[in-house]
Amino acid sequence: MIDGFLALYIFMLAAFTGYEIIARVPVILHTPLMSGSNFVHGIVLVGAMIALGHAQTPFEITIGFIGVLLGAGNAAGGYVVTERMLEMFKPSKPDAGKGSH
Amino acid sequence: MSWLPTLIKACYFLAALLFILGLKRMSSPRTARGGIVWAGYGMLLAVLATFFLPDMHHLPLIAAAVLIGVSAAWWSGKRVAMTAMPQMVALYNGMGGGAAAAIGAVELIGYVRNLALLHPAGIPDTSPLRPESWAINALQPVADVVLLSPLELGLGVLGALIGAVSFSGSLIAFAKLQGWLDKRFVFAGQRVVNMLLLAAAVLIGIALAGGHASLALIVAFFALALLFGLMMTLPIGGADMPVVISLYNAFTGLAVAFEGFVLGNEAMIIAGMVVGAAGTLLTQLMAKAMNRSIGNVLFGSFGAAGGEAQAIEGAQKPIDGADAAVMMAYAERVVIVPGYGLAVAQAQHKVWEFAQLLIKRGVKVKFAIHPVAGRMPGHMNVLLAEAGVPYDLIADMDDINPEFPATDVALVIGANDVVNPLAKTDPASPIYGMPILDVSAAKHVIVIKRGKGTGFAGIENALFYADNTRMLYGDGQAAVGELVTELKAIDA
Repeated sequence: MIDGFLALYIFMLAAFTGYEIIARVPVILHTPLMSGSNFVHGIVLVGAMIALGHAQTPFEITIGFIGVLLGAGNAAGGYVVTERMLEMFKPSKPDAGKGSH
Repeated sequence: MSWLPTLIKACYFLAALLFILGLKRMSSPRTARGGIVWAGYGMLLAVLATFFLPDMHHLPLIAAAVLIGVSAAWWSGKRVAMTAMPQMVALYNGMGGGAAAAIGAVELIGYVRNLALLHPAGIPDTSPLRPESWAINALQPVADVVLLSPLELGLGVLGALIGAVSFSGSLIAFAKLQGWLDKRFVFAGQRVVNMLLLAAAVLIGIALAGGHASLALIVAFFALALLFGLMMTLPIGGADMPVVISLYNAFTGLAVAFEGFVLGNEAMIIAGMVVGAAGTLLTQLMAKAMNRSIGNVLFGSFGAAGGEAQAIEGAQKPIDGADAAVMMAYAERVVIVPGYGLAVAQAQHKVWEFAQLLIKRGVKVKFAIHPVAGRMPGHMNVLLAEAGVPYDLIADMDDINPEFPATDVALVIGANDVVNPLAKTDPASPIYGMPILDVSAAKHVIVIKRGKGTGFAGIENALFYADNTRMLYGDGQAAVGELVTELKAIDA
């Protein structure tokens, strides 16, 4: 149980954080970033695990199980495709941009 | 073991921190790869910690579901082609929305079950929620039952609604981009029907949040929410899908944050809210780049602008591969403008080979990318990166547009609407006002195009008729292959 106003503060600060992170992103990273943020909300897996962990009736257990399946798909799928995309972004020279001067 | 809850809380805190730092690193090409890895460690930490939470039951079942979900998604994510990335993001995003909706459903059913426990007289014997059917009823004495507060119920219902819409909507978006659902599904009064569906879902949601929960109401609520997501997405055309996917991505983030509040999980609240805000901004950026408002994408249809289109004077002037190659071989600056047609023709590797030959001759080569090139902003960059094009040779619209007047040759491959000058000059054009790449300002323009037809949006392109434009007709892959051969012949 989280106090209502405390939650409101968390909501507000997290929203600003998300906004600020994206505000300075070059267009070339929009697709990987959309995919990356898609991965981050894969944290829903944790919530689905808690829901299933507290489920009592067979009905709840079934829905909770589906929830964990879907959440795991979100997290794992989001990670794999984002990593595959970002792995391909390389600069012209192997050591370019490392600030070795 | 009083230290265990503290340790778990610390893990969730660290996970939230890693998510934010990871996303921050993902916002620069140099650190992006590390960013996703950091966020990945955060996720791993949070998931492992969850297994050690107190009062968790069905642990083997949870582990099995995690294992199955992870393996299936890992396998599919490794195999999918780069051109199919947008629909895969839609699919995984839909899964997240579905998971959020499932959490909401379990919490709501649990609420009804607890109500039944506190007021057993009001529950019919046939209810599947009666205490005898509980899997672990002995563990929870009546005195320990804590009902959700009105705020928790309200946000739980809201998160479930948003998550369910994101789930069914994303699946439709996936099916459309995958080519399984080609037709737009439109009928008279569609908007009214959709609004009624949403209104009904919201009303039932308010009843649920007000504590009038029953199993039948919960089922009706989710059926309506899923149906609304379906009906809302069906009439939207494939060209607008990126905006829709991005919007549903933000939706899922919000749903996760709200369900996180119900479960008292700070990591979910922070991660969900960060994605909700970031996704909303990203959606706005995309819609702006396409010259569409979000409302227009969701409720309007393309090409609604009236008025007579300007007639275009002149004729298309062809060029052959040899002349085009010579023109670029002796140029000082060449800008290549790739469109989605390039990716469809799988010509990105050939284009990079051609660019490398030019660079070897001392020509300054850059790739110019329109924000909506490809199927999603940044998709084209991914496809070029796959072919090995270094990201510092790739310029976005705002950086490259001032350079076109000093450019000798602009080579347009498979792009059409994003280089159409009518977007600037013809108020009657459906793409009027859309920011474009100013290729017509270059000294010479070479356009590689299959034939004389119009583009994706069915709009005539004035660029093809301009005095400084030459048309190189042919399939993207074959035409660029011809350019490579001719260029090698010059060097030999």
